[in-house]
Amino acid sequence: MYFLKRILTLLPLTLLITLLAFVLVRVSPGGPFDKERAPASPEIEKQLRAKYHLDESWPRQYLRFLGGAVRGDLGPSLKYRNHNVTDILLQGLPVSALLGTLAFGFAMGLGIPWGVFMAVRRGEGGDHTAGFLALLAVCVPGFVIGPLLVMVLAIKLDWFPVALWASPWHAVLPTMALGLFYAGKISRLLRESMSGVLHLEFVTAARARGVGNPALLMKHALRVAILPVVSYSGPMLADLLTGSFVIENLFQIPGIGVFLVNSLQNRDYPMTAGLVMVFAVLLLTLNLLVDLLYVKLDRRVKLE
Amino acid sequence: MSTASTPVSNWRRFTRNRPAVASAAVLGALVLLTLAWPWLAPYRPEALGDAQFAPPGGAHWFGTDFLGRDQLTRMFYGARVSLAVGAAGAAVSLVLGVLCGAVAGYVGGRVDGILMRFVDILYSLPSVVFAIVLIGTFEPMLKAWLVKNFSESVVPLARPLLLFTSLGAVSWLTMARIVRGQVLSLRHRLFVEASRTAGATHVGILRKHILPNIAGIVIAYLTLTIPTVILYESFLSYLGLGIQPPHASLGTLIAEGAGQINPIRVYWWMLVFPGGLLALLLLALNFLGDGLRDALEPRGGAK
Amino acid sequence: MKDDHKPMRWLRFILHTSALILLAACSGSGPRADLVILNGAEPESLDPGIVTGQPDIRASGALFEGLTRYDAKTGEPIPGLAERWDISENRKTYTFHLRSNAVWSTGEPITARDFVYSWLRVLAPELAAEYSGQLFFIKNAEEFNTGKLTNAALVGVHALDDRTLRVELHSPIPFFLSLCAFSTLAVVPQSHIEKHGDRWLSVQPIPCSGAYELVEWRLNDRIRVRKNPRYWDAANTRNSVVDLLPVSSPNTALNLFLKGEADIVWDKTLVPVELLDALRQRPDFHSFDYIGTYFIRFNLTKEPFKDVRVRQALALAVDKRRLVERITRGGERVAESFTPPGTAGYAPPAGLGYDPARARRLLAEAGYPGGKGFRRFDYLMNSAAGGGAKIDEKIGVELQAMWKQELGLDVELRTQEWKVYLASQRQLDYDTCRSSWIGDYNDANTFLDMFMSNNGNNRTGWKSERYDELVRRANQQPDPRERERIFQSAEMLLLREETVVAPIYFYAGFFAFDTNRIEGIWPNIIDQHPINAIGRKK
Repeated sequence: MYFLKRILTLLPLTLLITLLAFVLVRVSPGGPFDKERAPASPEIEKQLRAKYHLDESWPRQYLRFLGGAVRGDLGPSLKYRNHNVTDILLQGLPVSALLGTLAFGFAMGLGIPWGVFMAVRRGEGGDHTAGFLALLAVCVPGFVIGPLLVMVLAIKLDWFPVALWASPWHAVLPTMALGLFYAGKISRLLRESMSGVLHLEFVTAARARGVGNPALLMKHALRVAILPVVSYSGPMLADLLTGSFVIENLFQIPGIGVFLVNSLQNRDYPMTAGLVMVFAVLLLTLNLLVDLLYVKLDRRVKLE
Repeated sequence: MSTASTPVSNWRRFTRNRPAVASAAVLGALVLLTLAWPWLAPYRPEALGDAQFAPPGGAHWFGTDFLGRDQLTRMFYGARVSLAVGAAGAAVSLVLGVLCGAVAGYVGGRVDGILMRFVDILYSLPSVVFAIVLIGTFEPMLKAWLVKNFSESVVPLARPLLLFTSLGAVSWLTMARIVRGQVLSLRHRLFVEASRTAGATHVGILRKHILPNIAGIVIAYLTLTIPTVILYESFLSYLGLGIQPPHASLGTLIAEGAGQINPIRVYWWMLVFPGGLLALLLLALNFLGDGLRDALEPRGGAK
Repeated sequence: MKDDHKPMRWLRFILHTSALILLAACSGSGPRADLVILNGAEPESLDPGIVTGQPDIRASGALFEGLTRYDAKTGEPIPGLAERWDISENRKTYTFHLRSNAVWSTGEPITARDFVYSWLRVLAPELAAEYSGQLFFIKNAEEFNTGKLTNAALVGVHALDDRTLRVELHSPIPFFLSLCAFSTLAVVPQSHIEKHGDRWLSVQPIPCSGAYELVEWRLNDRIRVRKNPRYWDAANTRNSVVDLLPVSSPNTALNLFLKGEADIVWDKTLVPVELLDALRQRPDFHSFDYIGTYFIRFNLTKEPFKDVRVRQALALAVDKRRLVERITRGGERVAESFTPPGTAGYAPPAGLGYDPARARRLLAEAGYPGGKGFRRFDYLMNSAAGGGAKIDEKIGVELQAMWKQELGLDVELRTQEWKVYLASQRQLDYDTCRSSWIGDYNDANTFLDMFMSNNGNNRTGWKSERYDELVRRANQQPDPRERERIFQSAEMLLLREETVVAPIYFYAGFFAFDTNRIEGIWPNIIDQHPINAIGRKK
């Protein structure tokens, strides 16, 4: 029942978010046709505005956008005038999604054992070293880690290509550069919740009852301790799937992360609206899935 | 649960944690140094020098940048901006995030639904949208307002003010979600249910059982928020929306240093020193956070 | 692991699927092209009628040709699809004769009517082509474009027969043949465009008129072109498959080039400025002069910049040599004039130069001795996204220091993102402003007509009847010497008498390629390098 309600709210929420983005980008100063070179006559700009229906009232433009969206046509890009926003999305989204999934796998695969390790060794030397590394991972920005990885692994050692997106080898460095931050974040989250859980009543009780198997104990503890990570993984996955401006820019990857920032800066209204819509749908759906998973994992959480 | 959670005992527990105390000292020293640097420094941060990209040496301990400015001085001025940005973000995150998350998780039902959908909406809107719109649209207005009500000399404050606002607007959302998740799972725990049947008030339960139990994750997350906000500021600078030149933040200095990584010639001091200062800052924050959490969460008892 | 272990199972699932997706999506990338060129920013369009940016024009120029084309060495116009032409006595009527072997890549002949269609298409309000102004020298073209005239037959371009095109101009401009090589005037396929509308470049086969045909255009990924075997000069096309890659970060471009993944880097924005002094020593980096000027605009509608002495003082206090040596570092020339030297048929007059003592005198005369009483003013510039060298910011910081030190003035640097910056410039919401201009064609007019009172590129609030009249008269003047003289007095007015702008330096172009492996690419003043002339050394 609860989830049915949530699913029903997806549509109005998406509409609200796109409307918000739609209005916000139009409020910002500057327009899609402001160029370093002015057109030879002011008529030309008028023609451009008319061609792309920017001379209509905002509600009409929004309805036009929605009408198109329903038919799967998000309209022409105002920057790349020979391309449709839908085409650009269909081309860029799989790339970003692939890179995002890889980075997600990398972050989880590295972050969870890392966090468990720190929780178990809490207060010992291993915890401090691993904790320092985790901290480093979350505080080194992508535009530092990216070039460093390229310098060492691509140029000095010549193991991987420096940039572009053509083969599985090309995906390795961007995956690492993108995923490392999230791995650090997950490990830190998990360390906290795990060391909390290890002292909770049922674990202590289990210990007292003489459940001596540490692995089994770990499993039980992890089931509870993973909750903050699960709740973080929704927005994280949405973040990752929709691409990263910095990484795509550094490695010259044709994803949609670059398009989002560029479309905002170019005032490419249909493109921004389309991208925000995709982003919103992804995020809302993933958050819903995360909440579902939450209930599955922790039966004490009841959602009425 | 919470046997002796008095301020005095908390303080004692904190002072027993050596790394935390040391971190607090380092942090305090850094903040002091940052504030006092204008009187200590032999250079002004905007003073251009003839020695471009001078490596660290006698005249410039940490070298100089593209325009021959003293890197050490620029670092401390930059740290000042970054600390202010981080503090603003963390404060917003703490107040708005914890409040919203705790209420949503504890009250549940319709309130939870509305609050969380509101968070969802803000969350689903890419944060760059906020930053670009806020800075692009409101900067001229804010500037005009500042000139009218104060003087022209405060105009340069307009951009940092907007930066704080837009960073604050995005930093509290994750906190709200995490706190809600924690509260939600605590709400049905035995001890909470028990005190509810025993007739404890909501405020009492929140204060006595819920807040102490989420304090750990809140502080842990807060120590994550500060670097996140500082880094987000540097990302905005990377997009050209950050602090205005000739001023710099730690983030912009690091971004500039990262631009020097290339196979031909590396001006390492431009990355290593600001990066090192940021790492030191965050490390200290982290140990401090650990110490605070342990002090506030007596049940932990880890060593 | 036991079954009740949901987080682990979930994790395993994610790892497995990601591995599968990776294998599926990353297989199969085509063979390396004969030539890989890093082309700069992603082109907004490849439609020659609407392209405006340098990277766009380079890519589009490979696909669509006009009546003339650029000589690879000199950049001068040489016969393209037209094999010869006659010019009337008054230099206002051109008669072009098309080649008999001019055909589309799909086999149909290219006719004079195709040119009439292509040019009228650019002028038609429905296309809303931003560069339609390139055609405004043709009789009635501007009137047709702005809707004052609706009868297309009155526009001065007519097909006399399949292979003869007559063009009537309203002024005897000397650079029309050069314009004919420009993308806006290239010929495009009528029936294909009418059939597919704005998306005509995504529907294969695309009839192309240039040396190449389009194989693939994936945004932010690559543009792949293949030799057009039906091109009239196909025998001299020196490569068969070329990739044009969009790259936005200079360091990435450098890495790709040094690792041999790209053969040519030819956009000046792709060269890391910090390394220019080292790169210029290398045999594979080449710099050259071309027609572009970096300058400061003054806003003449705001006090105290209404006073010419203030503007002159600010201009005189700028030590341009310092800026060029310390910041741009690419061997750029200090700009003493607005029009770059080397512009065809024009010797620019000298501007104000660097004289801080005189600057201080002028400022005092204007009522601000030592900068006293002068309000705090702003220097507007655009911010660069994506970790570029941020040259503009650095020049801004230097200017701020110079004006403070020499004149005692307080400047606030104001960076705005690109579109906001342009809007501020257009609405005259600034005091002083970073600006630049790249010539569209090799003639002084492309630099001087922009400051006419009603030109959209003026953006200074300056309105001078005298200046307008000079530029108009110059363009009606058939005698080149007399024309040059009139343009010179216009530029003197702009720079010395009124000081509407303060030029700082002339751009230098760059490209990187290994001279031992690549040949057929030469520096030229309009920075045009036809791809079909470029080849590998045997």
